[in-house]
Amino acid sequence: MAEERRQKHCSVVLPTESMKAMAESVGVGQLQEDSCVALSEEVSYRIKEIAQDALKFMHHGKRRKLTTSDIDNALKLKNVEPLYGFQSQEFIPFRFASGGGRELHFYEEKEADLSDIINTPLPRVPLDVSLKAHWLSIEGMQPAIPENPPPATKEQQKAESTEPLKVVKPGQEEEGTIQGKSQGTTTPDGKGKEKGLIRLKPRSTHELSVEQQLYYKEITEACVGSCEAKRAEALQSIATDPGLYQMLPRFSTFISEGVRVNVVQNNLALLIYLMRMVKALMDNPTLYLEKYLHELIPAVVTCIVSKQLCLRPDVDNHWALRDFAARLMAQSCKTFSTTTNNIQSRITKTFTKSWLDDKTQWTTRYGCIAGLAELGSDVIKTLIIPRLAVEGARIKAVMEGPVVSNIDKIGAEHVQSLLLKHCASVIAKLRPQPDNVDQYRTDYGYLGPMLCSHVMKARTQAALQAQQVNRTTLTITQPRPTLSVSQSGLSGSSGPRTPSIIKVPSSLTLMSPRPGTPSQPSPPATKYIVMATSAGAASTQQVITLSSSQSASPVTSTVPSATSTLQPLVKLESGSGAGLTASRPLQKYIVVSLPSSASSSLETKSSVLPTSISSSSLDGGMKLERSESPGASTQSPH
Amino acid sequence: MIALTGKNQSYVLVLYGLCFPLIHVAHAQFILKMAAVQGGMGDADIKTDIKTEPSADGFGNNNANDGRVLSASPGSSSSTGSNKQTAAVTPEDQQTLLAVLQFLKKNKLSESVEILRREAGLPENSLDPKANESAGAGSGGAAGIVDLEGGDASSLLSRVTGSSSAGAQAPTKGTVQSGSGRDQPDVSVVLSAYSQQGDPTLYKVYYRDLKKFIETVLDCHRAELSQVFYPLFVHMYLELVYNNHESEAKAFFEKFSGDQECYYEEDLRILSGLTKKEHMRGNETLLDFRTSKFVLRISRDSYQLLKRHLQERQNNQIWNIIQEHLYIDIFDGMPRSKSQIDAMSGSLAGEAKREANKTKVYYGLLKEPEIELPLDDEDEEAENEEGKPKKKKPKKDSVGSKSKKQDPNAPSQNRIPLPELKDSDKLDKIMYMKEATKRIRLGPDNLPSVCFYTFLNAYQGLTAVDLTDDSSLIAGGFADSTVRVWSVTPKKLRKVKSAADLNLIDKESDDVLERIMDEKTASESKIMYGHSGPVYGISFSPDRNYLLSSSEDGTVRLWSLLTFTCLVAYKGHNYPVWDTQFSPYGYYFVSGGHDRVARLWATDHYQPLRIFSGHLADITCTRFHPNSNYVATGSSDRTIRLWDVLSGNCVRIFTGHKGPIHSLAFSPNGKFLASGATDGRVLLWDIGHGLMVGELKGHTDTIYSLRFSRDGEILASGSMDNTVRLWDAMKAFDDLETDDFTAATGHIHLQDNSQELLLGTYTTKSTPVIHLHFTRRNLLLAAGVSQL
Repeated sequence: MAEERRQKHCSVVLPTESMKAMAESVGVGQLQEDSCVALSEEVSYRIKEIAQDALKFMHHGKRRKLTTSDIDNALKLKNVEPLYGFQSQEFIPFRFASGGGRELHFYEEKEADLSDIINTPLPRVPLDVSLKAHWLSIEGMQPAIPENPPPATKEQQKAESTEPLKVVKPGQEEEGTIQGKSQGTTTPDGKGKEKGLIRLKPRSTHELSVEQQLYYKEITEACVGSCEAKRAEALQSIATDPGLYQMLPRFSTFISEGVRVNVVQNNLALLIYLMRMVKALMDNPTLYLEKYLHELIPAVVTCIVSKQLCLRPDVDNHWALRDFAARLMAQSCKTFSTTTNNIQSRITKTFTKSWLDDKTQWTTRYGCIAGLAELGSDVIKTLIIPRLAVEGARIKAVMEGPVVSNIDKIGAEHVQSLLLKHCASVIAKLRPQPDNVDQYRTDYGYLGPMLCSHVMKARTQAALQAQQVNRTTLTITQPRPTLSVSQSGLSGSSGPRTPSIIKVPSSLTLMSPRPGTPSQPSPPATKYIVMATSAGAASTQQVITLSSSQSASPVTSTVPSATSTLQPLVKLESGSGAGLTASRPLQKYIVVSLPSSASSSLETKSSVLPTSISSSSLDGGMKLERSESPGASTQSPH
Repeated sequence: MIALTGKNQSYVLVLYGLCFPLIHVAHAQFILKMAAVQGGMGDADIKTDIKTEPSADGFGNNNANDGRVLSASPGSSSSTGSNKQTAAVTPEDQQTLLAVLQFLKKNKLSESVEILRREAGLPENSLDPKANESAGAGSGGAAGIVDLEGGDASSLLSRVTGSSSAGAQAPTKGTVQSGSGRDQPDVSVVLSAYSQQGDPTLYKVYYRDLKKFIETVLDCHRAELSQVFYPLFVHMYLELVYNNHESEAKAFFEKFSGDQECYYEEDLRILSGLTKKEHMRGNETLLDFRTSKFVLRISRDSYQLLKRHLQERQNNQIWNIIQEHLYIDIFDGMPRSKSQIDAMSGSLAGEAKREANKTKVYYGLLKEPEIELPLDDEDEEAENEEGKPKKKKPKKDSVGSKSKKQDPNAPSQNRIPLPELKDSDKLDKIMYMKEATKRIRLGPDNLPSVCFYTFLNAYQGLTAVDLTDDSSLIAGGFADSTVRVWSVTPKKLRKVKSAADLNLIDKESDDVLERIMDEKTASESKIMYGHSGPVYGISFSPDRNYLLSSSEDGTVRLWSLLTFTCLVAYKGHNYPVWDTQFSPYGYYFVSGGHDRVARLWATDHYQPLRIFSGHLADITCTRFHPNSNYVATGSSDRTIRLWDVLSGNCVRIFTGHKGPIHSLAFSPNGKFLASGATDGRVLLWDIGHGLMVGELKGHTDTIYSLRFSRDGEILASGSMDNTVRLWDAMKAFDDLETDDFTAATGHIHLQDNSQELLLGTYTTKSTPVIHLHFTRRNLLLAAGVSQL
C-alpha cells in the first residue's frame, strides 16, 4: 500500500522541456539536451530538498498547509535569497497556455495602475488577535455549545432518520421515523435492521432532559414574547446552538400549530415571530431539517398566500411578512428541493394556480407573485413576464375604475410595485438596449410605461456598478482572503454570532453537489468567497440597534429589518446562481451580509466586484440592487 | 582545546553557510563533512569532561545567584557534551581527527594542528603529505580567527594534556567492533567511506541472497535479523550512488525499497531523491548515516547465524558494510519478538546502545525548602494578597513531598547551584500550597474540566503558547514575529513607570511595588516586537517576571514582563531555534534548534553554559526535569535524549518514535517522561531504568502538547487532530512489570491497552490543540487557534 506510493515518489524529475523554458526565460537560447537532463536532475533534487525543509517549518508553525513563507524560510536555511512577492493564497491562479507544441503553466501578473490603488479606499483593518475561552469539557462531559462541535453531526442525524428504510432515496422526507434519543443507540439499530425489515426503530418518546425542557420553554416564550432583545437572543440561540436536534420536532410543531392558530386570529406580530423562528432554524447548520419540512413548508406558505393576516389589512404591513415568508420559501426550495421531493415545482404550481384564478384576492395574489418572484429570474421570465399584460389590465381596472374598496386599491398598488421591482431587472437583461415606451406599452399593456422607466433605472445602476467594480479590483488580491472567514466567524469575545457566519459557506456548499434542480445547472468549479463584513462585536450591536428601532415603530417593521441583516445572503446567491452561471467556467459566490444599509457603502462595492470580474457587469449591477433592496424596504413602512 | 573545538564548530558552520551557493568549490565537500562530524569532534573532548566535573563540583555552596554559573571559566563553558560512552580513541574517531588535522593544515592553522595532535597523541607523520598541496580558499580571513583560538587553546593546553592520559586508559569496547581489523587508519577512508568498490551489478544479488537467507531462518531469529535490512539497504544504495552507478542504484532502490518498514518512509523519500554523487554533499540525512553507526540489538544466536551465513557465502560486500557502518549490540538470551523490536526501532540511527542508558540518573525531586506556615498566619497572608501585587515564585514539584528525609534517588541539593529563594518566592510558595489544598483529586471517575482558549483573528499564525504556573498570564508567539501576552485574570497588565517618575516615588512606603506600576498603561494584552522571524518557542519564568522566546531568526530573547521590553537576545544558534524553556527554578534555560545542539544558558550570561550535542537532526523540543538537574530533548532524528546539566553528558537515549518528536512532559514525581510525535503516539519512559514503559495510541496527527496533572494521575495530550485526550497515567505506570530481566536487557513487552487507558476524548471545532496546562487546582487549560 504505502510501498507502491513510495515507488512512484522515487523517480519524479522535472521534464527537460521545463528546463528549456526556464533557460529561455533567462536568456539562454540553445541548451543542449545533455545539459537539460543534468540540470533537471539537479534542480529536481534541490527542489525536493527545499520542500523537505519547508515541511519542517510547517510542522513547527503548527499548520497542515504548506505556505510560501515556509519555502522562504527553507531557502533562508540554505542561504538562498527567498522568493519575495508570493503571497499564500487558497487558490493560486496558474494559467495554462499552449502553442507551438509547448505547454506552459504560468502565474499571471496583472499590471496594476497606481492611481487606482491610490484612489481605492483602504480595506478594513483586520481585527486584532484576541482570546476567547469556552468549556471544552466539564468534568468529563462535553457541553453542547456553539463553540464545541455538535454532538450529532448532520450526517449522523440523517443516517439516524434514514436508518430503518435504507432504500429510501436520500433527501426525501421521512415522516414516519423519529430519530433515536441518543446517538449511542444508532449502531445497535443498524445491526438489528439486518435481521429483518419488520423490526422498526424503537419509537423513543423524545424525552427531554430537565435542562432541555427549560430551554425549550424559555426559547419559545422569548420568541413570541414582547421583549425584542430577548427575542433576538433566542433566535440567535436557535440559529447557532449545535445541540438542538433533539428539540427540533417540538420546535417544528410549535411553529406549525402557532401559524395555524394565529392566522385564524389574524395576529400579524406572532406570525412574524414564528417566521423568524423558521428562518433561525434554517440558519442553524447543525440541524437536519428535511424531516420536518412537511410541517414547516405549509406554515410558511400560509404566511405568503393567506387572504388575511392581520386585523386591519388597510393599515398593517402584512406585505412585509409575505415578502419575508416568500424569501424563506425560496431559500428552502434552494436548500431542500431534490428530484424526489420536487419542492420547487410543487410550490411553483401552487402559486401559479391560485394566481391564475380570477377570484383570488389581491392579498393572495401578492403573495403568489412574491413567492414566484423570489424563486429566481428564470421563474420570473417564464411565469411572470408573460402575464404582465393581463395583470396590468387587472390593476388598471382597480386603479382607474370605479372605487370599489380601499383595501383592493392598496392591494393593487402593492402588486404593481412588486411586479415592477422584480421584473425590471429581468427585462433589462432580456430586452435589447433602446427602451421605447411605446414598445413597452404594446408588450406589457398598462404596466409598460412604468416598467420602461424602471428598466432604464436598472440599466444605469448596473452601469454605475460596473464602473465601481473596475476601480476596486485591487482589493481582491489582498493577502489571505480565506482568513476573513475565520476572522469574522470567530471574532469578538461576544461569541454568539459566531457560527451563523461560519454556517454561510456550508449552507451554500450544500447546494452545489445537488445536480437535480433543473433550473440551476451547477457550475463546474465553484469557488466561494465569503466576505462577511460584520464582525462578531459589530453584529451583536447590530441586533441591538435593530431592536431599538423597532421599539420606536410598530411591530410591522420587524420583518423587513430582520431581513436586511440576513437576507442578502440568500438573495445574492440566487442572483448569481441562476441564469448566467451555466456558461461560466468558474463561478464565484460572494456572500455579503450587510451590517446595516447606512454603514457600509464600502462593503457593498467590494462585495460586488469579484463577481463582475468573472461575469458581465449587468450581473453585478443586478446583484447590488438586490442586496440593497431589503434595506430599502426597511424604510418604506415608515 | 575545548574552546578551540567549540569555536571551530561555529566557524565551520559559517563556512558551510557561505559555501552552499558555491557548491562546486573544491573544498566545500570537505567543509561540509567537517560540519557533519561535529559529533565526532565531540568525542575528542571526552577526556576533558572528566576534568570539568571536579571543577564544577567546586561550587558546593548554595549561594549561586551572585552571578556564579555552572562553570567557572568561559572556556570550559562550551565543553561539548558527548554522548558516546567509549572514551577510547576508536579508529573512527581517529579518522575524524585526522580529517580535522588535515583541514586545519590546509588552512595553515599550524598552531591548532600542533595542539590537536599533541592532545590526540598522534605521531607527527600521520598526516597525509598530499594534504597540504592546496591552500584553502579564504584562508586569509580564517587565519585571524584561528590565531585567537590558538591563544585560547594554549591557555587550556595544560589541562588538556594532563587529562589525555586519563582518556587513554578508558575501557575499550567489549562488543564486536567493526573496524577492529583496520590497523592503519587512512584519511581517505573518512573522506570517501564508500569508495570500496564491488561489482555494482552484484549488489542486487547480494541483497537478495541475504534476504532469502533471512526469510528461511527460524522464526525466532527472523525478526531480529530483519533489522539488518534497512541499514544495509541504505548503505548499499549510497555506495552505488557514490560510485556513480546511477542506474544500478535506481534499480536497486526500486527493487528493495518496498521491503523496508513503513516507518522509514520519510528517510526513504529523501534517499530516493538522491541519485548522484554530487547530491551527497551537504545532504544532512546522509551525513548522519555515514558519521554515526546504525545500532542494532541482536541476540548472540542470531548474530552467529548471520555471521556464519555471510562467511560461508563469502559475501564480503555485505560483511564489510556490517563491519563498518553498523554497530551490533549483542546480548545473551532469547531473541526478541517482532513487536518488541518494532517498539524500539524507528530512529534515524537505530536503537540506543544498552550501555548508553546505564548511567545513574538522579530522578528524584529536590527537597522543598521549609517554609514556616503558621496557622495564624492565614489571615495575614490573605491581607497581603489583597494589598500587594502578586510577585511570587512558584515551584513545580508536588506539594505532597512532606517527607523531610532526602529521596535516595534525588540529586544532592547543591548538585547544581540554584538561585536563592526571594521573599516573594516564599510568598508564592505559600500561595501554591494553599491552592494545592483545594486541588481536585483526579482519577478515572473524576476527570478534569477543560477550558479552551481559542485565539481569534490570529491570521498571522500562532506558533507557540505558554501559561504561567499560576495560570494568570498567557503568552503567544506568532509567525509574524510578535510575542503577545494576555492577562487571563481581571488584573490588567501594567508597565513600570519611567525612570523620571520612579524617582518621585517614596521608596520606603509599604506599597512601593504597587506604586511603581503605571496605571495608564493597564491593558489586557501587550505586544512585544523584536524577533525577525516566526516565534517557535515561548516560556515564562517561574517568577513571572520574564518571558523567553525563540525564533526562526536564530535568537532566544528574554523579555521583561515589568517593562514589556526585550532585555537580552541570546545568540548562538545560527539557525531557527525551535524550542526554549526555563528551568523550574528559574535562572537557567535551555534552547534547541535546527543546528542540532541544545544549549543551556543562564539569564545573566550571553554565552551558553553547556552545549548538548549528539542529536543527528533538529532538536524540536526541550524540557527541564522537575529537579532542574537534567534536560530532555526531542529531535527530528526520532530519539529523545536526556542530558545531565552538570556534566553535559547524554545520560539517556530513548528510541521508539517513528516520527519527529514534538512534545515532552515529565511526570511531577520526576520518574517518568512522556513524549509525543508526529506519528500520533505517546510513549512513556521510565527514566531510572531507561525503559519504554507504555505506548498510548489514539491520536491521528502530530501531538503538540503533553501535560501531567499536578499529582500525576492524568496525562493530557493535545494534537493537530483537533482533540484533547486524557489518559490514565496512574494505571499506565502501575501496570509495569519491572522484573529484573526486563530491566537488565531493556526488552520490554508492551501490552496494547491504549483503549483502557484512554479516559476521554474531546473534539474541538477544527482547532488544533497546541498547548495544555494544568492549573494548580487541576483544571486543564488548552489553547489553540481555529483553522476554519
